[in-house]
Amino acid sequence: MSEQMINMPMRKRMHNRRKIINLVALTLSLGAMAFGLVWLIWILIETVRLGIGGLTMSTLTESTPPPMEAGGLANAIWGSLLMVSAATVLGTPIGVMAGVYLAEYGQKGWLGSTTRFINDILLSAPSIVIGLFVYTVVVARMKTFSGWAGVLALALIVVPVVVRTTENMLTLVPNALREAAYALGTPKWKVISSITLKSARAGVVTGVLLAVARISGETAPLLFTSLSNQFWSSDLSQPMSSLPVTIFMFAMSPYESWQKLAWAGVFLITVGVLALNIIARTLFRQR
Amino acid sequence: MNSSNHRLNAPWGDWVFALAAKGAAILTLAVLVGVMVSLVIGAWPAIEQFGLGFLFSTEWDPVADVYGGLVMIYGTLMTSIIALLIAVPVSFGIAFFLTELSPGWLRRPLGIAVELLAAVPSIVYGMWGLLVFGPILAEYVQQPLQSVTEGIPVLESLFSGPPVGIGILPAGIILAIMIIPFIASVMRDVFEVAPPMLKESAYGLGSTTWEVVSKVVLPYTKIGVVGAIMLGLGRALGETMAVTFVIGNTNQLNSPSVFEAANSITSALANEFAEAGEGLHQASLIYLGLVLFFITFLVLAFSKLLLLRLKKSEGARA
Repeated sequence: MSEQMINMPMRKRMHNRRKIINLVALTLSLGAMAFGLVWLIWILIETVRLGIGGLTMSTLTESTPPPMEAGGLANAIWGSLLMVSAATVLGTPIGVMAGVYLAEYGQKGWLGSTTRFINDILLSAPSIVIGLFVYTVVVARMKTFSGWAGVLALALIVVPVVVRTTENMLTLVPNALREAAYALGTPKWKVISSITLKSARAGVVTGVLLAVARISGETAPLLFTSLSNQFWSSDLSQPMSSLPVTIFMFAMSPYESWQKLAWAGVFLITVGVLALNIIARTLFRQR
Repeated sequence: MNSSNHRLNAPWGDWVFALAAKGAAILTLAVLVGVMVSLVIGAWPAIEQFGLGFLFSTEWDPVADVYGGLVMIYGTLMTSIIALLIAVPVSFGIAFFLTELSPGWLRRPLGIAVELLAAVPSIVYGMWGLLVFGPILAEYVQQPLQSVTEGIPVLESLFSGPPVGIGILPAGIILAIMIIPFIASVMRDVFEVAPPMLKESAYGLGSTTWEVVSKVVLPYTKIGVVGAIMLGLGRALGETMAVTFVIGNTNQLNSPSVFEAANSITSALANEFAEAGEGLHQASLIYLGLVLFFITFLVLAFSKLLLLRLKKSEGARA
């Protein structure tokens, strides 16, 4: 009893110390959260403010101008749309099939685990290196920058994203569903294509949307594959302009009219990418 | 008739489908091998000419056709280190907030906000950094620092440079802003792995929130935390646009200043590659790309292994 009495003040000090440390940690954590959000809000506000300032009707209808002249981003937007859709069409089936392999065939074998590992590395690999790869394989051989080279580079970025989400979504499908289908005598390919893939459909679509969002903003892999083009072009065998590369060129230029267009472009890309992300999220949540 | 047809077709369909799936998986592997092989082939003239000395030479002279990559490698490493120094504590704070502090109704919206921040294309960060953030940094941080350190031998040279807000420090800060959401969201997932029972027992013994996180959650998930940091490092090393806009693209290493224009591997590639003539210049740039790919591959592989180990140990204890 007396021992406790002696220890009381020390205990109290100890207790207060712990409480203060805790308070400091909590405050710092709150500060970190605020710090993270401040950037998001600041960047969004500036993008909207400067972007809408540069946005006019001619931005969407006219092609990229020479310096100091009025014009728009129509050819860049068109080029981006073309290349992103072609890359999605090219990359999605490969990604889905590889995801199917990982989830349905290769859970155990060396090929499955190696592919899973390599795929996760490709997912975060520097995209500019993908551009270098396509340059040495396609552009250097064909002796010309081309829209197709850009499409290939973007498709290589689509694949890992789709593989990852497809595999994740397929593993969520309950095994009882597969077993029920097998019990009816369904062949494996039919089980996968019309049972498991179908019930994981929303998740797979989410993955594709996220991949589209990712490549819409990618600049680095297009710099030396599709390069850019001052004119309206739908010919994928020629150099093709794209929104990100145009923004890069215009933002680094000293001309004010170009910088304005670059802000308009950044605004369009940010809105597009965020919208795709939000759609993907709500789509997945509905399931 | 129909059913017999089905039965006839079934094994064939199975075979084709399995082959297609396997083919797609092999294709993914082939991409990685293809990237490595093509980079080595593309860089071969430069590898032959300069060997490993390329990594330690600062000379980059397209006119004399002599190349060394130290300036860019230094720029890439320095910006990434600065980015990590800023991003790791902040991300830890965010993950801590999201898992332990945030009221339930705020958790989801805040988590989504962080993830959206990760989805913003890097070119937006880059342009914002150059045209909005750079001038502000120059006026409110660089110039005060310069006037405070004026006359002090070492510190003075550390902050010298024209007041436009470009260089290694601004690039590092932009990178940090970019990778904070990546690291924070992986760290949050990692923290959620810690079993609630352990946390509740610690709370039950009278631990404070901070003690629960620092003495229970963190030790339990430390492998995963390192994995998350490595993942962010991998992103930072390979980031092109956010860095290219603000680093200044000048091949110099004479000044130690963090506000002097410098260069990184990715920005050298972005700025010079399309214009480089075939031959040694291009091969040297590809050599740089190979070095970058090698470094990021190691970092990402290490991160992946750590995260996998966390997952496995979780499975074993469950």
